[in-house]
Amino acid sequence: MKTRKNSKKVNHAIQDIKWETEYKHQQKKRNRTQTMENIIHGIFLLLGLITVGCVLLITVYLVISGIPAIKEIGIADFLFGKEWASTAAQPEYGILPFILTSIYGTAGAIVIGVPIGFMTAVYLSKMASPKVKSAMQTAVSLLAGIPSVVYGLVGMLVLVPGIRKIFNVPDGASLLAAIIVLAIMILPSIIKMSVTALDAVPKEYEDASLALGATPVETYFKVSVPAAKSGIAAAVVLGVGRAIGEAMAVMMVAGNVPNMPDSLFQSVRFLTTAVSSEMSYSSGLQRQALFSIALVLFLFIMLINVTLNFFLKREKE
Amino acid sequence: MSNIITVKDMNLWYGDHQALKNINIEIPEKSITALIGPSGCGKSTFLKTLNRMNDLVPSVKITGDIRYNDTDIFSKEVDVNSLRKEIGMVFQKPNPFPMSIYDNVAYGPRTHGITNKAQLDEIVESALRDAAIWDEVKDRLKKNALGMSGGQQQRLCIARALAVQPKILLMDEPTSALDPISTSRIEELAMELKEKYTIVMVTHNMQQAVRVSDYTAFFLLGELVEFGKTDDIFSQPKDKRTEDYITGRFG
Ligand SMILES: Nc1ncnc2c1ncn2[C@@H]1O[C@H](COP(=O)(O)OP(=O)(O)O)[C@@H](O)[C@H]1O
Ligand SMILES: [Mg+2]
Repeated sequence: MKTRKNSKKVNHAIQDIKWETEYKHQQKKRNRTQTMENIIHGIFLLLGLITVGCVLLITVYLVISGIPAIKEIGIADFLFGKEWASTAAQPEYGILPFILTSIYGTAGAIVIGVPIGFMTAVYLSKMASPKVKSAMQTAVSLLAGIPSVVYGLVGMLVLVPGIRKIFNVPDGASLLAAIIVLAIMILPSIIKMSVTALDAVPKEYEDASLALGATPVETYFKVSVPAAKSGIAAAVVLGVGRAIGEAMAVMMVAGNVPNMPDSLFQSVRFLTTAVSSEMSYSSGLQRQALFSIALVLFLFIMLINVTLNFFLKREKE
Repeated sequence: MSNIITVKDMNLWYGDHQALKNINIEIPEKSITALIGPSGCGKSTFLKTLNRMNDLVPSVKITGDIRYNDTDIFSKEVDVNSLRKEIGMVFQKPNPFPMSIYDNVAYGPRTHGITNKAQLDEIVESALRDAAIWDEVKDRLKKNALGMSGGQQQRLCIARALAVQPKILLMDEPTSALDPISTSRIEELAMELKEKYTIVMVTHNMQQAVRVSDYTAFFLLGELVEFGKTDDIFSQPKDKRTEDYITGRFG
């Protein structure tokens, strides 16, 4: 009896030691994995910081290199000057034509692109059969993947002569051509984002509306679209961002002459193309002025991004 | 008392799966009919057939005859939207629109063409009163409906359904997502509403069926096993399976 008790005790002691070593072993292992985790965490943080670093670098660089010319020309003369003649004997550095062209061009693209994109999104999300939906979404993705130089090329070969013939103007390369190309270019982002927002509307809302005797179309426009409005607004802002930042295609179809955009058929130059078309041969104040234009463009894009984030945040809530 | 809905030899398939088998039932007007039965036996399917919400399921196939006041609800002359206006529905999960309380209730009437502000105000108030929620919301009609409690949301959904002046109210487990106090409020409300409306209510809670309903239909595996006065069903069920179910031997 006694010995058995003793042996039990011994057994317990051995068990305890076993557990203790086991515990220590585990602890060590845990420490090791912890260190490993920390290292990996650090690497990922570093990689993330690369992006942040780039943004900061670009911002600082643009501000530093953009300010001198603005100072020299004078902010009012620069922003509101109607004439850009950078290589003239008496150079003029007014970028109002570019600012207005970018604004009109973007606004025009939105006016044409948003209704088409929005209606397409409603159709795809709510009415199309699964087959049609997947086929059309593939087409939309392809449209998004086409390089902008191809848009420019097709615009040059089809749109520009078309405008010349239809409206009987001397040159089809114009604000109108740029607006049409931009409208097509922003379609994919508007469609994709609106479809995502519309797809996310809970089916319960639509069921409730149908059960009240509303027709499907009434339901989509009175319930689904309002419920997805933040996402759709974000899609529009994203489209604005794409349009205002586009350079290559508009360079090819807008004529690229620094005129004030007085008419749809005027040959015009955008903020983006103002920078890119003179950069290669510019020098001195002209070159600095190009940096200033880039800064203005950058501020526009920043503003658009802030707006976009605002809508995206609201969508989440 | 006359019957407002008559179902004859109704079968329903989702694709190859037969969800309802040879259903025959006559639902009396201005009363509460409870649909009971274990999960998956076709109660919701049956309910959604009555206002043709099942039409929205692509693979659905229905045979047989369903009459609402002598009109065949599947006939070509029947406009499904008008039918759904007459036969309202309250869902299992409260689903108010993400709009103001007022706009939720006014949604139906507006959809059916009422634009006059005074008239809308009157409809909204009377629907909210009928749904026993007016006193709680009258000072915050412009507030978003999603800010209300689950029980209030469900009563708002009832008000929204009442605002289009239906004859029948279909309720699919309207209290299953609610706390006991909200549940009893909805039950009281249902008993008041039967003065004016016919109510068909799915419930998985047998006490609830006993408490509120006048008639009970017991479904099992897509069949309507037994239908009759609630008192009879629960005191002297004719079918062995009904007895097993209500005494808790399965389900
Ligand atoms: N939309 C649908 N598509 C296919 N099958 C369905 C659908 N809705 C319900 N079912 C099937 O029909 C049967 C009855 O479902 P339901 O009417 O929801 O039962 P209950 O409401 O009694 O729980 C179940 O087997 C379910 O899986
Ligand atoms: Mg159900």
